[in-house]
Amino acid sequence: MNADYMENSEGRTQGTLSQERETSGQAGTSTISAKICENLRPNLEEWKGIWVFAEQEEGCLSEVSLELLSAAKLLARKRMTEVSAVLLGHGVQILADQLLSYGANRVFLVEHPALEKFSTLPYTQVVSVLIKKRRPEIFLLPATSLGSDLAARVAARVNTGLSAHCTQLDINDKGELMQVVPAFGGKVMATILCQKHRPQMATVRPGVFRKGEPHESRGTIERFPAELEPGQLSQKVLEIQRQKKAVRAIEEADVVVAGGAGIGNQEDWKWVERLAEVLNGAVGGTRPPLDEGWISEGQMIGQSGKTIRPKLYIGIGISGVIQHTVGIQDAKVIIAINNDPKAAIFQSADFGVVTDFRKVIPLLIEELKKRNNPSA
Amino acid sequence: MNIIVCLKPAPDPKRWDSIQLDPLTKALQREGIPSVLGPLDKRALEQGLRIKEKHGGKVAVVAMAPPSAKDNLLEALAMGAHEAYLLSDRAFAGSDTWATSIVLAKGIRKLGGFDLILCGSYSLDGSTGHVGAQLAEFLGVPNVNQVVAVESIAGEMLRTKSIVESGYRILETCLPCLITVTREINTPRFTSLFGVIEAESKPLITWMAGDLGISPEDVGFSGSPTQTGDVFLPEMKRQVQMLDGEPEEMVQEIIRKIRQALG
Repeated sequence: MNADYMENSEGRTQGTLSQERETSGQAGTSTISAKICENLRPNLEEWKGIWVFAEQEEGCLSEVSLELLSAAKLLARKRMTEVSAVLLGHGVQILADQLLSYGANRVFLVEHPALEKFSTLPYTQVVSVLIKKRRPEIFLLPATSLGSDLAARVAARVNTGLSAHCTQLDINDKGELMQVVPAFGGKVMATILCQKHRPQMATVRPGVFRKGEPHESRGTIERFPAELEPGQLSQKVLEIQRQKKAVRAIEEADVVVAGGAGIGNQEDWKWVERLAEVLNGAVGGTRPPLDEGWISEGQMIGQSGKTIRPKLYIGIGISGVIQHTVGIQDAKVIIAINNDPKAAIFQSADFGVVTDFRKVIPLLIEELKKRNNPSA
Repeated sequence: MNIIVCLKPAPDPKRWDSIQLDPLTKALQREGIPSVLGPLDKRALEQGLRIKEKHGGKVAVVAMAPPSAKDNLLEALAMGAHEAYLLSDRAFAGSDTWATSIVLAKGIRKLGGFDLILCGSYSLDGSTGHVGAQLAEFLGVPNVNQVVAVESIAGEMLRTKSIVESGYRILETCLPCLITVTREINTPRFTSLFGVIEAESKPLITWMAGDLGISPEDVGFSGSPTQTGDVFLPEMKRQVQMLDGEPEEMVQEIIRKIRQALG
């Protein structure tokens, strides 16, 4: 796209990992001015293909990567073009085969020891060079911690638009990517367009799209050299601390029991946990329980948290503001329990019970235990 | 250490339910909703202040915002920042994260050198979480997102603990760099009366596009690579069936519905 920019940026980008020291204000300003100058409108016709960044860790593809392939296939059909997956790592050829079986027509495979673990700058470097060489019209990335980091940095490096946490993707009559994103906590949904820049980039949270079925692959793997110069690394991953999954992942459970501010206190929160336990489900919550410390970040459901699609969702003491309900709209069955008959949650539920949960939940748990264990 | 904290004053979430969408113009009506510093902004500032207290130096806050955000910057000064810079111009309105990061980068360059920039990991309103990384890219420094703890700063190296889906990563990053912080990182201090009084005499400087050497068409609505099209208030409607009766009856009904759902 803008080969000139690479030169203008004072050797900061192409082929180097070495730390650019902050020098005089003068030099720095010209780099940013160069960025503005390079914010040119590319020839859109030259940009084709739907790309997906395939996130992998320790030799496993994340589910969301496969979900994005499904989304990419739909878009590719409408644009009459192909889907390519971008896979970086070391010793990950087998994942490339998996990506082909999930619908990629092509996998751009870049392997290098320095890419074994995700690191922002080397990954940004490699992906940006690939984009400039092969010119995709659309590039989807997972809205995970690492995916969002990469997406943001790449979009800045190649001077293009990036939307975050898209809940819907489609192609309009002009062949442009319509990216629907939440704002104001999900109260407002906006359709974002990136009309004059390429690629059109978007991040998508896990669970928004469904992964397809694998089939026999007919695509190709195209290997790319990493073009990373060994040099002084400006950032090193010293350690990865895996957290033991003490809590059941809400996005994987068939049953999720969630509590809100209406639970009132830590003591009563145990009713949420016990109900989840007797139903063999996962515990989720809204922002107030997170603020109170009754749940962890990974258990928060909603626009700033997780999107879930369980078979059964039971919401207790949840008012039902849109920031939360955007996270459960694809649940099969929603049961809401709240002592306020005017609570918004009842607009979003299949079944509603207006009651103080303390009157009903303990009894419900007892009854369910009896049915689980009739002899007890 | 020269520390810069980027802030994004945004409409008070407690008043979001009063945001209206004009069905004709598709414009968001948010008049009368005051802007506030988000909890992540405050945590970024708190962390900056703690680092300054430990390592010496000063903390400057920077915000790209409308003139009304002066109050939010005064609050930041009252918390302990030394100086505040408001980057404000009509031309900046409608900036997406790319354009916002350009403006912030120009402003920060104008300030001179820095050792560390801190931002909240996402803002209250747009919540993309992208500006930190994009700003770092334009300034040519490394970034660490979603930092839950600053473990050490020694010999031009910053050691941090940051979130990933599988747990945490411990990273070592060369200074100068940029970090974005999460709610786990600290509990922000309250402003004291003394702080509020002191704030009035600290520098609060406003820079416009011209001061930053930015042409209006390069930022805002015209310069942003992304454009906002259709805006709507989503509705999630299901036909709710209310269950009632005595608790025992309700429980039986609920169990029936649970069974049906799980098939």
